[in-house]
Amino acid sequence: MSKITGSQAIIQCLKEEGVDLVFGYPGGAVIELYDELCKTDIKHVLVRHEQGAVHAADGFARATGKVGVSILTSGPGATNGVTAIATAYCDSIPLVVLTGQVPRALIGNDAFQEVDIVGITRPCTKHNYLVNDPEQLVPTLREAFYLAASGRPGPVLVDLPKDVIGSLITYPKKEQPKMQTYQPNVEPHPGQVEKACKACLNAKKPVLYVGGGVILANGSKELTQFARKLNIPVTMTLMGLGAFPGTDPLSLGMLGMHGTYAANMAVAKSDLLIAVGSRFDDRVTGKLEAFAPNAEIIHIDIDPTSISKNVDVDIPIVADCKQALQAMNSWFESHNAFDADTFAAGNQPWVDRVLEWDKKHPLCYHEEGDIIKPQFVIEKINELTGGDAIITTEVGQNQMWTAQFYKFNHPRRLLTSGGLGTMGYGLPAAIGAQFAFPDKPVFDIAGDGSIQMNIQELATAKQYNMPVKVAILNNQYLGMVRQWQELFYNRHYASTVMDHAPDFVELAKAYGAVGLRAKIKSEVEPVIKEALSTNNVVVMDFSVSREEGVFPMVPAGKPTTEMLLV
Amino acid sequence: MKHTLSVLLRNKPGALSHVTGLFSGRCFNIESLCVAETIDPEVSCLTLVTRGKEGVIEQAIKQLHKLIDVIKVTDLNEKDFVEREMVLIRVKADASSRAEVLRIIDIFRGKVVDVSANSYTVEVTGSESKIKAVIDILKPIGIKEIIRTGTVAMARAPKSK
Ligand SMILES: Cc1ncc(C[n+]2csc(CCOP(=O)(O)OP(=O)(O)O)c2C)c(N)n1
Ligand SMILES: [Mg+2]
Repeated sequence: MSKITGSQAIIQCLKEEGVDLVFGYPGGAVIELYDELCKTDIKHVLVRHEQGAVHAADGFARATGKVGVSILTSGPGATNGVTAIATAYCDSIPLVVLTGQVPRALIGNDAFQEVDIVGITRPCTKHNYLVNDPEQLVPTLREAFYLAASGRPGPVLVDLPKDVIGSLITYPKKEQPKMQTYQPNVEPHPGQVEKACKACLNAKKPVLYVGGGVILANGSKELTQFARKLNIPVTMTLMGLGAFPGTDPLSLGMLGMHGTYAANMAVAKSDLLIAVGSRFDDRVTGKLEAFAPNAEIIHIDIDPTSISKNVDVDIPIVADCKQALQAMNSWFESHNAFDADTFAAGNQPWVDRVLEWDKKHPLCYHEEGDIIKPQFVIEKINELTGGDAIITTEVGQNQMWTAQFYKFNHPRRLLTSGGLGTMGYGLPAAIGAQFAFPDKPVFDIAGDGSIQMNIQELATAKQYNMPVKVAILNNQYLGMVRQWQELFYNRHYASTVMDHAPDFVELAKAYGAVGLRAKIKSEVEPVIKEALSTNNVVVMDFSVSREEGVFPMVPAGKPTTEMLLV
Repeated sequence: MKHTLSVLLRNKPGALSHVTGLFSGRCFNIESLCVAETIDPEVSCLTLVTRGKEGVIEQAIKQLHKLIDVIKVTDLNEKDFVEREMVLIRVKADASSRAEVLRIIDIFRGKVVDVSANSYTVEVTGSESKIKAVIDILKPIGIKEIIRTGTVAMARAPKSK
């Protein structure tokens, strides 16, 4: 068989995996790979910072469900990607990150641009590899794709020494990687499914607590069917938003630290908590002992380490969320004694009680004349995009207001750094998502602080005509930290005043984008409308009320029923 | 509580660091760790002794299972098992103490593996408590250096009827 170079093999393997788009940044260690890559029809997107490359691949992956791919050079290229790799790891996003490495003979010699990126990323990748043997290059890449996408997904890094990329190899024939040591359990145990279904039948006050696992498993349809058929209220984590339609009467919105009053009360009073693809994160549970104290707990998750990690679970189901929900749906269908209508009617008093809570303390904010309220901006974006845009966020108040006030009716519409909370995620992720859906409106709802962490990616958006819309909720503060200082540190605003930002409108123009400004409430709608009708990158600078807070709020470590309200 | 875990993992570079990284990243302490090839050269066996609350150990075991290079994890505390450790002790052995050292080592079924003008290096194998006992007894004579292998352990074969 004829030999090909490592670069050619990598490209052939990427094609075999269905990859037609990669995000990256070149350098010495990967120069040969780039030489080959840019002769093929795989599109390479040149970002402006490696963190942006990995976030963009991550945004692409979240929006599509496919594996995102990025290529970084050795040393600083690879380390620049680490924050973004950790971001994907914390949210279980499937990525394959290829990093260049110095030639094998130099590894360990403190060579120019050498870092032990496999060592550095060990705790923030699902798995990682250093390819030491050129003949293992293709099998390793295949494993990397398989690992990234299967089971609980996650980023996989493959470190490629320059001489491995340059070596001559025979391309092994296509085969499914066989991994003796890795066999995620995807099928639910029928006995556990039956137990869970029976628990649902016996419950008087059931609540579904849904996380990003449902979205990752593409299980929204099954979840929606389950909740509606059984008439069970649904609350979602930040990562779960969109798994169940936000405008459905059964939706209680988000729970936890900035969750709705109804969601937190419902969980606290429930007698059965059905956790699906969620992981009892401290931002969700608040004080653990007071979380769902009276509830029996069903927990469906693909990752056995998530089960009974923070909260003891009564009925665990280790499985793919979609398959588990399907199994539960069919159990109810085939179970003769079960009459859906009677059952749904039986749950109605509880649903009514939950809706009562929502009426008592709905999400709200106070109007203040002409001043722009940040929540109002989100409501307007929601309204003008029909709740169907792809929304990325930065981190901080902007992120929480988005979660609260944008009504996500579909999965894979909210792309946000939940687990790691990475400021600077939103803009590159929006670009990645826009590549996947060139015709959909894609917004990055940003803070004035966060946007400055990866603002250089405006150039990427412009270069590739990706008309993302950046909406800066400009409060001239690191608002979320300021809010904590206001509440818990005597209003001592230590290093959270951000009154030296650039003029974002002028800055946008400098990048060749469109800059729009709104200083009073009546300007908000025209600005958003103009952004939507502009086929260019747009930066909207909304001067919002500076000391607005995110409420409800459960102070860290407190029971989630102890909410500070508006 | 003390737990002895037996872990089979793929014998390749980096595999061990995934295991140790898992412990250090969660602030779990490893009391001892012993690794070597099994009869299948592609597989290593690792005996790891750690201490922690039940929930912590359970989580550590689950996390070990999750590592891609890990083939099998056994918590030997759930079984009947044999454990052995070896220690090399360099102990002062001058004219006045030589006979005493030899007597003690004999009682512990140890042996002398190296001799110098004023010291013996002895080898003793046994359970953790036996190792501790021999060290305690030799201490007053004067221990110059000690090297312990850490525990290796194996589940007992099922009793045949
Ligand atoms: C990379 C990074 N650094 C620091 C933080 C801590 N942090 C969380 S929210 C926040 C303030 C964000 O300010 P801004 O982007 O203006 O958003 P706002 O809260 O004002 O909406 C900070 C500093 C973080 N999450 N990420
Ligand atoms: Mg701000």
